[in-house]
Amino acid sequence: MTEILAVDALSVAFHGEGGTVQAVEGVSFALGLGETLAIVGESSSGKSVTALALMRLLAPPPGCRVRGHAMLTRGDGEVVDLLALPEARMEAVRGRDIGMIFQEPMTSLNPVHRIGAQIAEALLAHERLSARAAGARVTVLLDQVGIPEPAERARAYPHQLSGGMRQRAMIAMALACRPRVLIADEPTTALDVTIQAQILELIRRLQSETGMSVIFITHNLGVVAEIADRVLVMYAGQVVEEAPVTTLLRRPLMPYSAGLIASVPRLEDVRSRGARLPAIPGNVPAPRQRPEGCTFHPRCRFVREVCEAARPPLEMAASDHAVRCVRWRDIAA
Amino acid sequence: MTALLSVRDLAKHYPMRGGRTLRALAGVSFDMQPGEVLGIVGESGSGKTTLGRVILRLMPATSGTIRFRGQDITRLSRRAVRPLRRHMQIVFQDPYASLNPRMTVEQILGIPLGVHEPMLGRTQRRARIEQMLHTVGLFGDAADRYPHEFSGGQRQRIGIARALICRPELLVADEPVSALDVSVQAQVINLLLDLREQLGLAILFIAHDLAVVGLISDRVAVMYLGRIVELATTADLFARPRHPYTEALFAAVPDVGGRRERVLLKGDMPSPIDPPSGCAFRTRCRYAEPACAAERPPLVEHAPGHFAACPRPELVLSSPLPERAAEMTRAAG
Repeated sequence: MTEILAVDALSVAFHGEGGTVQAVEGVSFALGLGETLAIVGESSSGKSVTALALMRLLAPPPGCRVRGHAMLTRGDGEVVDLLALPEARMEAVRGRDIGMIFQEPMTSLNPVHRIGAQIAEALLAHERLSARAAGARVTVLLDQVGIPEPAERARAYPHQLSGGMRQRAMIAMALACRPRVLIADEPTTALDVTIQAQILELIRRLQSETGMSVIFITHNLGVVAEIADRVLVMYAGQVVEEAPVTTLLRRPLMPYSAGLIASVPRLEDVRSRGARLPAIPGNVPAPRQRPEGCTFHPRCRFVREVCEAARPPLEMAASDHAVRCVRWRDIAA
Repeated sequence: MTALLSVRDLAKHYPMRGGRTLRALAGVSFDMQPGEVLGIVGESGSGKTTLGRVILRLMPATSGTIRFRGQDITRLSRRAVRPLRRHMQIVFQDPYASLNPRMTVEQILGIPLGVHEPMLGRTQRRARIEQMLHTVGLFGDAADRYPHEFSGGQRQRIGIARALICRPELLVADEPVSALDVSVQAQVINLLLDLREQLGLAILFIAHDLAVVGLISDRVAVMYLGRIVELATTADLFARPRHPYTEALFAAVPDVGGRRERVLLKGDMPSPIDPPSGCAFRTRCRYAEPACAAERPPLVEHAPGHFAACPRPELVLSSPLPERAAEMTRAAG
């Protein structure tokens, strides 16, 4: 696998009046060329903060401290550390080499500018283009993301578009400069399932056309099954499991991943209507109240004394399968 | 058996500029039996939330009738509605916005008790509150705490406790689990299943997640642009959908079992201000024929208890279940 992005020991801490919150603790992963890596987690797992750290969109120190490295290979072969790049150079990378789309297209688009102008702005920031040429590119982009009557829609304001169309416009903006990496943070969570299916299909199509790599952040394991090649499961700020998508969904090793997969209701469950779902007891720990030892141990049905002693290391269970659980061998057996 | 709730030709119109009308509900009819769970599904804009609010008299109906326990409540005065409220309650989607942050849980649960059972003494009231908290899986000492001290799942339990403390016969649950973490969703679904068995509660369960609806509902109504387009027992609907919109909704659900071949529903839902003539779904329907534009298809009973509003009843639509499972479900249904 040719790596385009290598993240090593990424940590993010927020310092505030109430003390320090360790949002992300030592996250490492590699993203292959043309690959879709899903980062799955619930609230406060650190998945979105990981994305914002890579985009350098978090507050500056002392409020927020980011450690680690994120080595990105740019289009010309140059390798840069996203976490160490001076802001002026980061501006050239952001939008050009890495694009990002967010959950709420309504809040991430500017309500008082026409969408065409907003997409053109992204183009003009990175390329020397005339206004007319930029306008023409915008129409092509809107057409590419499946917006009907693209020339007219370019003149619309965000509120004049439906949720699905706004998310398409966001994707057009993120892809304007043909980035090699797209970070999508819960891009379909606010949408209806029918529109979600359209957007997933669109991202898949654009990926096969452009060969870009995608980091897809979501809490929805069904969406993961649809779109991911490989999956990173995060819990309480750490990666707890990493595996190819089929392995993860069929043979998970970390009890948290297994519990999460089992607790998702499926259409087939209608056959056992009225039966109880295998729920994970308890709640996701608040970032300031993370338990000692394995952060999942208070909710884990396989818990033993050893789980409370120390944070378990991330172990390789197979060449492509990592798990953070001291008991994974016993549990799998 | 008399229906607990009987809704006929219920409509909710909003006047718009230029003399136009937005028909959020365009004529909905159904009955609910005591203890029955009726799922309502549809995309945003289908009218499902409006339906719940109009039935509870949280907003007035434009036309049609709502009979609750045999009594026509459609045009009762506010004062006359009040004593009915103890029998019909609601749980909202957002457990953060729907609880007053400045009240303790005891005060929050005390309000409905104070209105509907003013004769209760202080100790009796406290006992009822603690008992109710216990029923929804919280400890009695939760009564003295404030909403912010609880997680999202626990807050939704408080919302459910508030709705159920006066022992209603009808609960409207409007997307009660969609704001919750995946691992907590299953807990709250299980709780609703338990409560339904213990209390013999009828639930109008409004949700966009078809898998959740399939688990919990006895019957399901599918809504599109303010109308019911299909209504059937859950087993029948899943085993043999009879409206192309239902088929499309099922096809859009991503499944943890893996990627499926699917037919995507094209485009967005049309505006309820200017709905298509004839069958409102025909603009997105893969089976549409010119005749579908002629007149609006009525809801017709195609099999006992299985209603669909499609002018092409000969269509054989695909079920979301594997073939054998669909047969078994049909036989068991």
